[in-house]
Amino acid sequence: MAKTNGSQEFLKGLWNENPVLRLLLGLCPTLAVTTTVQNGMGMGLAATFVLVCSNFVVSLIRGFIPARMRIPCFIVVIASFVTIVDLVLQGFFFELSKSLGVFVPLIVVNCIILGRAEAFASKYSLFRSLIDGLGMGVGFTLTLMLLGAVRELLGNGTIWGFVITPASFHPAIIMILPPGAFITLGLMIAAMNWIAQHAEQRAKTRLRAEQLARRGV
Amino acid sequence: MSVSEVLMLVIGAILVTNVVFQMFLGICPYLGVSKQLDSALGMGMAVAFVMTLAVAVTWPLQYYILEPLGLGYLKTIAFILIIASLVQFVEIALKRVARGLYEALGIYLPLITTNCAILGVALLAIQNEYNYPVSLAYAFASAAGFTLAIVIFAGVRERLELMDVPKVLAGAPIALVVAGIIAMAFMGFTGLGK
Repeated sequence: MAKTNGSQEFLKGLWNENPVLRLLLGLCPTLAVTTTVQNGMGMGLAATFVLVCSNFVVSLIRGFIPARMRIPCFIVVIASFVTIVDLVLQGFFFELSKSLGVFVPLIVVNCIILGRAEAFASKYSLFRSLIDGLGMGVGFTLTLMLLGAVRELLGNGTIWGFVITPASFHPAIIMILPPGAFITLGLMIAAMNWIAQHAEQRAKTRLRAEQLARRGV
Repeated sequence: MSVSEVLMLVIGAILVTNVVFQMFLGICPYLGVSKQLDSALGMGMAVAFVMTLAVAVTWPLQYYILEPLGLGYLKTIAFILIIASLVQFVEIALKRVARGLYEALGIYLPLITTNCAILGVALLAIQNEYNYPVSLAYAFASAAGFTLAIVIFAGVRERLELMDVPKVLAGAPIALVVAGIIAMAFMGFTGLGK
């Protein structure tokens, strides 16, 4: 933690500490809204906005809040930004707001946001909290879009509404129904574990080879 | 709403529009507290208690305070604060009044504040424009659905512990796949109730 720079702070949200695939946070909206890529992106961007703003404000006021009152304070900050997002979506993106439904106000209880406020923004400087919020938000958005893409492609034969599969392809409706969400996310996390395991294995063999080379074998 | 309609709503909320398998609410405790049957049952009962109580408070708050004052848009903030303080209050009250119940539910109560099923059901009861008794029945039925889901899941997971699961699938991935298969089974209820 000691010498992380801005880009590392940003990138950790995408891979090493990816909120959904690594920390298993914010699963409810992840599973619920990812029937299409658009919905996934809409949810991701809405959560990113709240995450960045609440990290900003929490980091700003971190010196003034008494330690015992901090959680209610964080919740009020987060809920205010969620209300803004909710009203903006209802006003300007009515279709999206309708398909995200109750999950827009439920960004309040998205554990990613409260988690970052508590674990990061309440301890670190303004700049780092902003970058952290942005990284986590982008990681969340990309994960949602990927999950949405897989489900939309297999369940509906389209991506972003465009038909890209041949006419002979029969979409498996189950993928856009709830079971598809659970199974796809489970396999995505397994794939992530597999990649991480392989990378670790490779790093280990490389280290061994270097050690052997140094010994002059 | 007639009695039979309410009954259909209750059955529907438990089996068809199940909070976990259809609405995707409360996934965090669903995955987190389902490793053992006992704790799953405790969590389910705590959710049933708090969910019914939360709707009992938020419904009058919305219709008798927020709406007459034209503050309907504040409901997200108001509800989450009410639920958070309600959970604290219930914890203190149970500790004093019902020691046995506190020992059974106590450790699950703080976890419930961040359970999106509570806020979700409170908001849905308003959104669906149910009246007061129907809202309470809906809240209790949703919680019963949650309990059913988490108890079934915990039963499967207890057995899963003894299975030889591939290393990359161990833990959360296999649990999610299992949840998907149970959700598929619950789809068999589609069309029942409302």
